[in-house]
Amino acid sequence: MKGILKLAYKLLVNDTAKFTSLLVGITFAVYLMMFVTSMFFGVLNHASATVINIGTTIWVMDPAVETVSNSVGMPDYVLDAVRSMQGVKYAVPLYSGGALVKLADGNYQSVTVIGLDDTSLLGRPTLLEGKIENIYAESGFLAVRDAEFAKLENPRIGSEFELNDNRAVIVGIAQVSTSGLYGTPTLYTTYQRAIQYIPNPRYTISYVLLEPKSADDIPQIKQQVERLGYRARTKEEFMQKTADFFIYKTGGGTNMLIMTAISFIVGLSISGQTFYTFILENLERFGALKAIGIRNRDLVGMILFQATFTALTGYGLGVGLCVLLIWLAKLRLPSYAAMLTYASLTIGFVMVAIIAAISSYAGIRKVLQIDPFSIFRG
Amino acid sequence: MPQVAIKAKGLEKWFGEGEAKTSALRDVELEAYFGEMLYIVGPSGSGKTTLLSVLSGILKPNSGSVLVEDIDIWKLDADKLADFRLNKIGFVFQDFHLFPRLTTAENAAIPLILKKKDWDESIREAISYLEIVGLKGRADLPPVKLSGGEQQRVAIARAMVSKPDILIMDEPTASLDGDTGNSILSFVHKNILNANRCIVVVTHDSRIYEFASRILNMVDGRLTGTEKSMA
Repeated sequence: MKGILKLAYKLLVNDTAKFTSLLVGITFAVYLMMFVTSMFFGVLNHASATVINIGTTIWVMDPAVETVSNSVGMPDYVLDAVRSMQGVKYAVPLYSGGALVKLADGNYQSVTVIGLDDTSLLGRPTLLEGKIENIYAESGFLAVRDAEFAKLENPRIGSEFELNDNRAVIVGIAQVSTSGLYGTPTLYTTYQRAIQYIPNPRYTISYVLLEPKSADDIPQIKQQVERLGYRARTKEEFMQKTADFFIYKTGGGTNMLIMTAISFIVGLSISGQTFYTFILENLERFGALKAIGIRNRDLVGMILFQATFTALTGYGLGVGLCVLLIWLAKLRLPSYAAMLTYASLTIGFVMVAIIAAISSYAGIRKVLQIDPFSIFRG
Repeated sequence: MPQVAIKAKGLEKWFGEGEAKTSALRDVELEAYFGEMLYIVGPSGSGKTTLLSVLSGILKPNSGSVLVEDIDIWKLDADKLADFRLNKIGFVFQDFHLFPRLTTAENAAIPLILKKKDWDESIREAISYLEIVGLKGRADLPPVKLSGGEQQRVAIARAMVSKPDILIMDEPTASLDGDTGNSILSFVHKNILNANRCIVVVTHDSRIYEFASRILNMVDGRLTGTEKSMA
């Protein structure tokens, strides 16, 4: 079989024009599919940035919460009630909200403010500069060095600005694993300072961060919180909830599906048509091979090999091109919301496998139908 | 008495049904012997190519049998019939049917590759056959760089590389000028034909009749007589 596959390889690759056209078709289709899905998964990841960065096991929230950035304030008794629930190791409040910063040049910049529990500072970011205890200093804030950092005019420790008409001082520079989706810089401070600086409605607790005594306690904690009229979601569930919002309630999922389908159709059209033409052009010669004595299964093997080889090469090139362009984009825009995930790699692979299967099916049907007698008839 | 290579008995072949039914072979009886170059001649549409296809295991007759070296080839299943063609029969087609994207040597090596022989060894053997057919130094060229006569020689090398007992040539001079066709058949007669090989040629080119051991006439699907008998 090795020699027959080499024969198939040479027949395919030596037809440079057709092979190039096949590769361009599949590469382009894979690139589009990967890029669209990577963008979408990147957006979903960035949309859950706070959940990822805080990293606690369970989040308690109002039932109306759809995404982490759209919190609904909860009364203080919720925190007390949760703390007294069976299976709860500890529970702390978290504030998440927006504010306006007046920069030194007089311009205003909107920021996301995360207020950490004053006692435990649960969910604090990793500090690059400064000491965490300085967050308790008067007007102390931590600035996150991410893609949006420059929007605060690259503050240093000691930099001052006005935050909602209050004095704020940078006491530390931090880093987080994921940047936010909305392009605003992030500041961390204590929960009490956050609710003091930022005007709030009646209730100020955005979320209660909760750690169960063990994983087995999670179901009963969720039931108890639900009885209270609120929702307890694990980190993964909250990320999924946020993703579901973008997929089903913003049209983002539909757009991704449409773009992926278009890419698939473009790839299938170009590759299927070119591969079929390649088979048609060589049909008489395949007929000659049948007359000489090739078995049908070897012939099918040759065509499947050609389709698979083209598909895998195109897939590799498409993924490579996507990685290259995302890398180039991130050089320019570090927060560029594209992320190559196993899911997008799998979607691309499955689509390419379908393209290869459909293309080769048409070719195989044609080749198996050819009667070697027609070779004699001319 | 020479040994029988091919024995056909009561061959009938028709195409279509009802009023559209056309008989291509009518009760054809034939014997071809090792050591002979058997020509089947006749006008276009007389059934020559159909007979050649039935004899070589490509087109199944509606009735009758074909024994090749005492094997009833039409009782073999599809895979065994393909193996039989690959091992016992060499084909030279009217239009050569060479792969333009392969080199001359790769084209000639195809039967060995289909037999799953090692690639490099197949190419080496093919090159030696190309030398035999007078194409030394042309192994790495694509067929399109060769003349019609040279392409026909590549097709002959491809047919011979697996050392078949029977060589089937379908209108071997149809795509060649007179002199080239003559030299090709002369070459086949001198170098390919031997006591252990049977060559069946379908042609209506009278200029190459001189190389035939026997010539059978075919008209309307019937073998009507012998123009030239074995010496």
